[in-house]
Amino acid sequence: MIRLEKRPQPSRAWSMATPLVAVLATMIFGGALFGILGTNPFAAIRTIFFEPLFGEFSFYYRPQLLVKGAPLVLIAIGLSLGFKAGIWNIGAEGQYIMGALVGAGIGLAFYPMEAWFILPLMVLGGALGGFAWAMIPALLKTRFGTNEILVSLMLVYVAEQFLASMSLGLLKNPDGFGFPGSRNLQEYPSAHNAELIAGTGAHLGVVAALIAVIFAYVLLNRHMLGYQIRLTGEAPRAARFSGVRPTRVILFCLGTSGALAGLAGLFEVSGPSGQVSIDFNAGYGFTAIIVAFLGRLHPVGILLAGGLMALTYIGGEIAQGQLGLPAAAVQVFQGMLLFFLLALDLLTNYRIRLTMGEVA
Amino acid sequence: MDLSAINPVLLIASLMVAATPLLLAAIGELVVERAGVLNLGVEGMMIVGAISGFAIAVETGSPWLGFLAAAVGGAVLSLLFVFLTQYALANQVASGLALTLFGLGISSLMGQSYVGLKPPSTGEVHIPLLSDIPVLGPMLFSHDPVLYFGLLLVAVVWAVLKFTRVGLVLRAVGENHDAAHALGYKVVRVRTLAILFGGACAGIGGAYISLIRVPQWTEGMTAGIGWIALALVVFASWKPWRALIGAYLFGGITVLQLNLQAAGLAVPVEYLAMSPYVITIVVLVILSADKSRAPASLGRIFHASS
Amino acid sequence: MSELLLRIEKLTKAYPGVVANDSVSFDIQVGEVHALLGENGAGKSTLVKMIYGLVKPDSGQMTLRGAPFQPAEPRAARADGIAMVFQHFSLFDALNVAENIALGMENPPKMRDLADRIREVSETYGLPLDPFRTVGDLSAGERQRVEIIRCLLQDPKLLIMDEPTSVLTPQEVKILFETLEKLRSEGTSILYISHKLEEIRTLCDAATILRLGKNVGTCVPAETSAREMAELMVGSTLQTPERGDRQFGEAALEISDLSAPSPSAFGTSLKSVQMTVRKGEILGIGGVAGNGQDELLGVLSGEIATAPDAVRLNGAPIGRLGPTPRRRLGLLAAPEERLGHAAAPDMSLTENALLTGAVRENLASGGFLRWGATQSFAERIIEAFDVRTPGPQNAARSLSGGNLQKFVIGREVLQDPVVLVVNQPTWGVDAAAAAAIRQALLDLAAKGAAVVCISQDLDELMEISDSFAALNEGRLSPPRDTHGLTVDEIGLMMGGAHGMEVAHV
Repeated sequence: MIRLEKRPQPSRAWSMATPLVAVLATMIFGGALFGILGTNPFAAIRTIFFEPLFGEFSFYYRPQLLVKGAPLVLIAIGLSLGFKAGIWNIGAEGQYIMGALVGAGIGLAFYPMEAWFILPLMVLGGALGGFAWAMIPALLKTRFGTNEILVSLMLVYVAEQFLASMSLGLLKNPDGFGFPGSRNLQEYPSAHNAELIAGTGAHLGVVAALIAVIFAYVLLNRHMLGYQIRLTGEAPRAARFSGVRPTRVILFCLGTSGALAGLAGLFEVSGPSGQVSIDFNAGYGFTAIIVAFLGRLHPVGILLAGGLMALTYIGGEIAQGQLGLPAAAVQVFQGMLLFFLLALDLLTNYRIRLTMGEVA
Repeated sequence: MDLSAINPVLLIASLMVAATPLLLAAIGELVVERAGVLNLGVEGMMIVGAISGFAIAVETGSPWLGFLAAAVGGAVLSLLFVFLTQYALANQVASGLALTLFGLGISSLMGQSYVGLKPPSTGEVHIPLLSDIPVLGPMLFSHDPVLYFGLLLVAVVWAVLKFTRVGLVLRAVGENHDAAHALGYKVVRVRTLAILFGGACAGIGGAYISLIRVPQWTEGMTAGIGWIALALVVFASWKPWRALIGAYLFGGITVLQLNLQAAGLAVPVEYLAMSPYVITIVVLVILSADKSRAPASLGRIFHASS
Repeated sequence: MSELLLRIEKLTKAYPGVVANDSVSFDIQVGEVHALLGENGAGKSTLVKMIYGLVKPDSGQMTLRGAPFQPAEPRAARADGIAMVFQHFSLFDALNVAENIALGMENPPKMRDLADRIREVSETYGLPLDPFRTVGDLSAGERQRVEIIRCLLQDPKLLIMDEPTSVLTPQEVKILFETLEKLRSEGTSILYISHKLEEIRTLCDAATILRLGKNVGTCVPAETSAREMAELMVGSTLQTPERGDRQFGEAALEISDLSAPSPSAFGTSLKSVQMTVRKGEILGIGGVAGNGQDELLGVLSGEIATAPDAVRLNGAPIGRLGPTPRRRLGLLAAPEERLGHAAAPDMSLTENALLTGAVRENLASGGFLRWGATQSFAERIIEAFDVRTPGPQNAARSLSGGNLQKFVIGREVLQDPVVLVVNQPTWGVDAAAAAAIRQALLDLAAKGAAVVCISQDLDELMEISDSFAALNEGRLSPPRDTHGLTVDEIGLMMGGAHGMEVAHV
C-alpha cells in the first residue's frame, strides 16, 4: 500500500528537483505521444530542445529565444506575485491585448511625427492599459467580493473582441487597401521597439523582463510588502492578524501583473509583431501561467522556465516544419509539463511510504 | 435595423438549444462543487467532449455513440484532475487551469482531420400531441433528445441531492470533509465519482455544441462556455433549478445578440459578441454579495492525516 | 455486574517519530463507566480511534464479548455496537439536526420517521432537540446533544465520549451526568475520556491512566485522591504557579458599549460588551466555546474594527485602528488557533517572529526587512521560553502544540506589552508547557501589564486571574473579583444551562 505522510516541513531539495523531474517525465510521455502521432520521438525531442540552441540555424533561433522568452517571463513574474498570495489572475492574455492596444494607439496617434518621447509614452500607455484592465477584477473583488478568476478570464474574451473591433476599425491602416490590421510600427522609427543590439533579439522587453525578475526577487525576499504577499497566500487569517490589509495586497498583485502583461503586449506589438492585427496575440498570457508554476513562483525559477518554454515554442515550430509535427502537439506538450509539475509537487510536502499490508 | 427579421418562435427554440451545453456543463460542475471540489477545467473537458463526440459520431455515423464517447472523453480528462487533486493533493485552482490548457491542446490535436466535416444528424423527437400545438409545439416540443435529457438531468440531480442518501452523503462531504471522514465516509471516493460525473456532463455539453448546435468542428469552439458554466454555478447558489434559469437567461442573451447582429443593429458586431461575457461579469458582481450558500469545504484539500 | 464487554490487549500504534500507544491493555465491563485519563498527547485519541475503526493498530488485539474485534472502518465498529461522541469535527453546520443524525446511522429511516424517533429519544433522556434546526445555529451544548442522540439511536453497547464536558457550563455538565447515569443503569458501558479529575471521581467506576502512550495504572477513582491520579498522569509533582501580591494601577484597557457583528456565517456577534482592565491585573474571561471568544479577540487585536470610542487604550480611542498601529501603542494579542491564525504553518519561526514583531522590535526599516534582527528576535523567544526546536529556520508546523504555543505567547510577552490579550493560551498543550505559559502571564502582570485571558478552562482562570467575567451569546457578564466565587455562581455567569431543560430521569 502507498501511504502519504506529511513532512514536518517542506523539502527544499524536492522543491528544486521537481521542475527538473517534471521536464524529464514530460520528455518521456511527450515523446511517446509524438511516437503515436507517427513522428520519431527521439528526433522530435532533439529538434525541440537541441536544434534551436545548437543546430545548424541556431544563429537565427537563438535571438528568437529572447523574443519569445521575454514576454513569458514578464507576464509570469507578475502572475507569480498574485499566485503566491492566492489571487488568481488568469486573464493576463486580456491585459496583454489591452496594453498593446493602448500603447500602439498612442504611437499611431502621433504618426507620422518623429520625436524621442513617443516610444516612452507608448511604454507608459502599455503598462497603464494592462493595469486598468486588471483593475476591473481587482476593484470588483475588493468592492463586492467577486471571484477574480472568472472576471479576469471573461475579460480576455471581451479584450479579444475589442481587439478585433480596433484592428478592423479605429486603428486600421488607412493605406492598407482595406486589409485588417494597423500600420506597421516597425516602419515608424519613433514608435519602433527595435533590437538594442542588432541580431541578438534583445529589445526593450528583454531588459524589462530582467528588471522585473530582480524587482520581484528583492520584493519577495527583502521587503515587507513581499512578506505580506507570501503571508496572505500561506495563511490568510494570520495575515489579517499580522495587520496586512487584504485590499492592498489584491490591488497591488493584480495591478502589477496587469501592468507587466500590458508592457509585454506593447513590446510585442511595437517590436517583433509590428502591428495590431486580429490575432497578433499568441497565447502568451496563458502559457505564462505554466511558466509561473514551472518556475515554482520564484523569480529566478521563472527566468529559467521562461527560457525553457520559449525553447519548446521555437523547437516546436522547427519540428512542425521539418518533421510535420502538428502545432497543437506542442500545446499538449506544455500542458503535460504543468500536469507533471503539479503532481510531483506532492513530494515537496509529503513523503511517500510503501507499507507491506496492514497488521491488524 | 429590421426587428421583424426576429421570429419569436425561432428565438425561443434556439434559446433552448443555445442554453443546453451551458446547462449540461453547469449541472455537472454543480454536483462537483457540492462535493466540495472546485474544478476549473470545465472548458477543457467540454472541448475534449466536443471533439471526442464529433470524431466518433463521424466515424460510426451514430450521433448516440458520439455523445457516449463525449461523456467518456470528458470523464477520462477529469480523471487527470482526480489524480492531481485527490491523490497528489495539488492545488485545485492550478489543476483546473492545467486541465483546461491541456484539454485545448489535445482537442486541437485530435481534431486535425475533422475540420470542415459534417456530423450525422441527431434528429428531433416530436412529442405526440404536444408538438402539434401551434406556436408552443415548434417552440418547446420539437427538439433533439439531448436537450430533453439535459432538462431531465436537472430534475434528477435536484431529487438526488434533496431526497436520497447518496445526495446527503455528497453534501456532507462538501460541507465538512473531516467530519464525513470521522463518520467513516470515503471522502476521496465520493469526490472522485462526483468529478467523473462532472467530466461526463461537460463532455456531453461540449458534444452538443459540435454535433447539434453548430454543427461542425473548429478549434477552441467552446469559446468560454465552460467558464460561463462555472459562473452559472455561483449564480445558481449551488441549486439545480436556479442553474436552469441561469442557463436559459444566458442562452437568451447569446441568441438575442446573434439575432440583433443578423437584424443589423447599428452596434458593431464585436460589441454584441462581447455581451455574454460582460453580462456574466455583471451578474457575478450582483450575486457575489451572498457567499453563504457555498459548500463550506469548497476548494480545500483533504488528507486523512491520522 | 462484572461481565466483560471489551478487552484490549497490548495495542500498539506508532507514527513517525512517536509511539502513540505502546502495548496498552485494559478491560471494560458491561454497564461500567470507564475513564481514560491522560494529558494532551498521552495517546487517548489514538486509542479510541482504534476502537472506533478510524485507525488500525500496528499490533495487539481487541476482544468484544469474547469474539475477536478488529473493525476495518467506523461502519463496522458501529455495527458491533460501538458509538462515539467526538470532541471536534463531526457535525455539518449547514445541515439540519435530522440530516446530521441520519449521516451517523447505517440504515436511517425516512426523514419524517427519523424526526419522530429523535424527538422520542431526546425526551426519554432529557435532551430536548428540534430535528429540523440547522446545526450551525445551535449552542455548543446542543450540538453535543445531536452527537449523543446520534449515538443513542443506534442502541450502543459501548459509548465513547471524548472530553464531553469541555464545551459545557457546570449546569449543563450536571444534565449530561444524569443522562449518563441513566444509560449506565440500562447496561450501556461508557468509555469516558477526560483530564478533569474531579469529574472522573464523581462519575466513573474505573479509570485507566495513560502517559506517553503507556498504561501507567488502573484505579477506582472514588477511592483514589485527585492528587494521586494527577501525579500518575503527569509523572511528577507539578508546581503550582506563583502569584505575588499584586498592585493594580490605573485603567489600561477600557471597553464600553462595544457591539460588533461576527465576520463568519455561524459566528456570534458581540452585544454591548463593557469591561475595564487595570495595569497589573489579569482579567479572566470564561464561557463555553462559540459564545463570542474569537470575536472578542478580533475586536481587541484590531482585526475587527469598531466605533472609535468603544475600545480605549490608556484613555485613547483606538476602535478604528488596525492591528499594526495597535501594536505600536502596546496592545498585543495571541489568538486561539495556533496554526493559521497566530502563526503561518509553513513559514519558518524567524518569519513567524516577524508576523507580529515588526513594529515594536523594529524589524523593518523603510519597508525593507532586517532579517538579521528578526532571526535574533526569534532566537530570543526560543531561548527565553524554552521552545524545543532545532532552530529558528524550522517551519512552525514542525513544532509540537506546546512548543508552538510557547513561541506564540513568548513572541508577544517579549515585546513588552501594555495590554496582552490571549485566547485559550494552554489549549491542547502539555502540563509542563501550560504551567510555563501561566507563569509567564503572571510575571507579565506583576511587571505592570494588563492581561486579558480568554479561556474555557475554568481551573486555569481561577488559578491566575484577579477578576472574572463570562461570555454568553456575545454578552459579557460584569467582571467580579475571583476571590470567593463559587462554581454555581460561575455557572450562572456562563449562562446556566442555556435554557435547556433538566433531564426528567
